[in-house]
Amino acid sequence: MNWRSIWAIARKDLKEVRQNKAAWGPAIAMPLIFAIVMPLLFTLAPRFIPVEDIQRELGDMDVLLRNLPPAVSAIFIGLKLEQMFVLYMTSFMLAPLFLIMPLMFSSVVGADSFVGERERKTMEALLYAPTTDVELFLGKVLAAVIPAIALSWLTYLVYIIIVNVASFELFKRIWFPLPMWWPMMFWLTPAFALLGISATVLISSRVKTFMEAYQLTGSLVILVLALVIGQVTGVLFLGVGTVMLIGTLIWIVDAILIYMSVRNFKRSALIAKL
Amino acid sequence: MNPIIEVNNLQRTFGDHKAVDDITFHVKPGEVFGLLGPNGAGKTTTVRLLNGILPPSAGTASVFGFDPTSQGELIRRRTGVLTETPALYERLTARENLEFFGTLQEIPESDLKHRVDDMLEFFELSSRGNDKVETYSKGMKQRLALARALIHKPPLLFLDEPTSGLDPEAAQQVNDLIANLSHANGQTVVLATHNLLEAQRLCDRVAIMNEGRILAMGSLNDLSRKLWPVTWVDIIFYKTPAENIAESLKAHRGVIQVTADAQRDALSVQVESDEGIPDVVRHLVEHGASIMKVNPRDYTLEDIYFALQAGEA
Repeated sequence: MNWRSIWAIARKDLKEVRQNKAAWGPAIAMPLIFAIVMPLLFTLAPRFIPVEDIQRELGDMDVLLRNLPPAVSAIFIGLKLEQMFVLYMTSFMLAPLFLIMPLMFSSVVGADSFVGERERKTMEALLYAPTTDVELFLGKVLAAVIPAIALSWLTYLVYIIIVNVASFELFKRIWFPLPMWWPMMFWLTPAFALLGISATVLISSRVKTFMEAYQLTGSLVILVLALVIGQVTGVLFLGVGTVMLIGTLIWIVDAILIYMSVRNFKRSALIAKL
Repeated sequence: MNPIIEVNNLQRTFGDHKAVDDITFHVKPGEVFGLLGPNGAGKTTTVRLLNGILPPSAGTASVFGFDPTSQGELIRRRTGVLTETPALYERLTARENLEFFGTLQEIPESDLKHRVDDMLEFFELSSRGNDKVETYSKGMKQRLALARALIHKPPLLFLDEPTSGLDPEAAQQVNDLIANLSHANGQTVVLATHNLLEAQRLCDRVAIMNEGRILAMGSLNDLSRKLWPVTWVDIIFYKTPAENIAESLKAHRGVIQVTADAQRDALSVQVESDEGIPDVVRHLVEHGASIMKVNPRDYTLEDIYFALQAGEA
């Protein structure tokens, strides 16, 4: 395996994306909303909403807390109602969005990877290079993985700062992130990113236009969104160990998907489509 | 000397369409070999098959002794390919393009910058090396694409329609570069083109293709001899010769027919082969003719091409 070639392909794709402002627009807009607007909205809400309305919103909180593992329910014990609201919203309700984010970042780069080369008529020269099919595929995957994970982590950092600053008056201490956020950030997010990107790059090598790839990737994101919102909030409630376990399962699925993609990826199929 | 490329009964089909249909040829080291034919003749598919980026449906090929189907990477490390469209990354600079392809060709990091500088200088692009390719003219893009194909100094070069879409001046420039490459560097060149003048000027031998098949193959002389085994020679006199000279020439060995053009003081003589021309001249001089010009009729590749395509062969 020639890693120099793989890095060269990834670096080249990243340079091209950097020049493409249309790709950067959504990549900047989404984190701004996720990391700044939404946490501000939820941390500042208790100042403007009467306590009774919050009480109504979190009516079944007692039932929820009783069903949680002791380690997680302990987090809520002794908190004021406003604090519970902020903690619940910022730590659990918004968490799934952070798993969707790397998919959104990477969908543009990933969808563009092979069909973009075809549409800009650069594919043929790339296929004449002495790289193997595996190196070509991995280079393209890497080009989408790096910015997706880097931007996700950057967004996490901004989110952490905003949540702590905006809720400092309420909590009087730096309390965020909760322990289960660490494995979510560094274990689950990269695994999800790789899952989405491998599928996206594979789609990009099979279809004829960027729009086709982008739309297929869009459907994928919506599907994952539905699944994730239903499941991951619950997973977070189950604590650090479960997050690690789910992450491990996704990494295994990643490995199987990449192995199968690499086995089925043939440059002759790409050239026949030119 | 062993051939650098050997192709035997190679075929490639796409569904029912035979893009390459049972072709056999070889290319010797150092020669410029032309694949000549209209669009859809199978030239580009042949280049793809030989570089191992498309597997054949049947037949075998060997390039540098490697099998393109299973050893494509080894072949592509030794070949440079100029594709029909320049296939450059327009959002990147010329330098970035060359560095990228140089890295893929495994040029050591320590040599890469130096090699890129050399290429930019050789193709007269140094002053624009840090400009994005999207600002380049067509001719400049084609020169850069040629630089990309040559950056790793490949001993075998495939050029697919190298002057397609260029204005005459830029086309001339690119053709001069190609002629220089094969003559000065001894590189073997496979030129896929539909441009007859270009092929005639550059190629040592050509394979004329149509609908995936090779119709004929050889040098210009070989092909014209195969198609027109007899030769016409026009002879213009300084002074009108004796009237019976045409008759006496008809009886001469190797002469097939003679037609006289009294107005131009000229004869057109059909001989069995080029070797008969000195005899004809000697005969005329011995019979008192004063000759100003002897002009054997040369066939161009265009004559050959159209004769073959029209099925005259």
